[in-house]
Amino acid sequence: MSRVHIPRIHILGAGVMGLVVASELASRGHAVTISDPAGGPGPHACSWWAGGMLAPHCEAEAAEEPVERLGDEAAAWWQAHTGLVSQAGTLVLADPRDRGDLTRFARLTRQHRRLGADEIAALEPDLATRFRAGLYFETEAHLAPRAALAELVRRLAGQGITVTSEPQAAALTIDCRGLAARDRLPDLRGVRGEMVLIRCEGVTLSRPVRLLHPRIPLYIVPRGDGYFMLGATMIESGHRGPVTLRSMMELMAAAWTLHPGFGEAELIATGADARPAFPDNLPRLRRRGDVIFANGLYRHGFLLSPAVARMLAEHIETGSQPELMDEVIP
Amino acid sequence: MPVFYGTDIDSALMLGTAQYPSPKILEAAFGASKAGIATVSLRREQGGGGDFRALVAGLGAQILPNTAGCHTVKEAVTTAHMARELFGTGWIKLEVIGHTDSLQPDVFGLVEAARILIADGFQVFPYTTEDLTVCARLVEAGCEVLMPWGAPIGSGRGLMNEYGLRALRAEFPDQALVVDAGIGLPSHAARAMELGFDAVLLNTAVAKAGDPALMAAAMAGAVRAGRAAYLARPMEPRDMAAPSTPVVGRAFL
Repeated sequence: MSRVHIPRIHILGAGVMGLVVASELASRGHAVTISDPAGGPGPHACSWWAGGMLAPHCEAEAAEEPVERLGDEAAAWWQAHTGLVSQAGTLVLADPRDRGDLTRFARLTRQHRRLGADEIAALEPDLATRFRAGLYFETEAHLAPRAALAELVRRLAGQGITVTSEPQAAALTIDCRGLAARDRLPDLRGVRGEMVLIRCEGVTLSRPVRLLHPRIPLYIVPRGDGYFMLGATMIESGHRGPVTLRSMMELMAAAWTLHPGFGEAELIATGADARPAFPDNLPRLRRRGDVIFANGLYRHGFLLSPAVARMLAEHIETGSQPELMDEVIP
Repeated sequence: MPVFYGTDIDSALMLGTAQYPSPKILEAAFGASKAGIATVSLRREQGGGGDFRALVAGLGAQILPNTAGCHTVKEAVTTAHMARELFGTGWIKLEVIGHTDSLQPDVFGLVEAARILIADGFQVFPYTTEDLTVCARLVEAGCEVLMPWGAPIGSGRGLMNEYGLRALRAEFPDQALVVDAGIGLPSHAARAMELGFDAVLLNTAVAKAGDPALMAAAMAGAVRAGRAAYLARPMEPRDMAAPSTPVVGRAFL
């Protein structure tokens, strides 16, 4: 098979999208460099605050079809490139008075089975007797975002690729700057998310748990060593200021509902940022000459970046126009 | 078609803009239903929701900003002023929440906030219970539109007190009346219109449907059917069968 000429490639942005693109292209033998004005991954990137759930089937409750299909690639990619994936499934629960929400969630999603009180207790002994009905998405996975990004950086460094603060000249530039790329992508908007990191010795969970609630849906992801991440609000705003009292109160009240033991948790950190999103909340690849934009991963940075990076690599190698590429200007 | 504060509205369906899976699906729901009014909140966005506001402004519906999430008169009044600046409209859907769990309005704060805002030149759409006395106070304060709940916000339970809503219609023949909140199904929306209400306002029933655009179209059809039925002066139900074709003179064995 003949391949088009493969140039040296520079990646702008060392958030999850930039690092996954760098890792994917490097693993395919491309010569890549990567830069980020803030240096490596850190609190300036919204992926720093992510939940790290690789939950394509749960996300299908509110996301369009490509998210579930493309998100299916994520767990294998992250395991191959970091070895840090926990394959423990997702547990979805609702307070008995909100059981209608559980019925609705089950109707809109696939790849789950209904659990009764005994099965919930078997999966998560600390939640025994607290919930009588739930859904178990057995094939879903999760990872710790900051550890996973650090591992990508470490493995890239092993190949001589380090994140520089200045952009470098290249034949092809991949723009993975997230919301900062609004200067070139006017239909990109910010969707505010807020999270809380807690440490709690009294409660043990083995997998991400989603608590359905008509107004305050919560997910809680165990990070090991007693750490848990509570997230995340979804507010139609690009405001990146600190978490609000109301949001924190709602997240914490939801955690308390899940297990009163969380009432004794220590508050370690809070975070807030704006996710980059297009109007349909799906990612996009856009080619404008020798710049390709990879952006709009919304709340699916860890879930969809592997598929977006694969499509990008295929486009570079074969000239194909992948499904998420809605603009090609030679 | 409803007239609110002298403005003719093209559709008796009013839709909220929260909780949709994406802005694109929100647009599809408005496109499919041709809803006449879009309500929008701004309490939580802290002035950072410019992109979303621009999107809502492009939906082709009249904008009705709300004070959702406000629990005190002061918060509601401040939010209304912010809304007037951001959207350039004196219309405000006034919500003063009194009970956290049921989101039941604080009707005392509501009347007070309505008086303040009307004195400030606002045209107030109060979210209220169906209480006749509270509604009388709101009308006294200068509200030309009343928006009683059908059921608690987001509950989808339909018209919990049809007798009360009927009484409200009879008591206030000249006010525009909107059933706001609690609509879960098109049949609920049609029923409200059959009672002679001027419009219905709903959000969750469409936003959280598996296919929001299809549900929005169903709601629009229901609202049209209910309104037409009201105008057509429906028959009264009766206990005995009444044949619609004459039976006299027909053979029976």
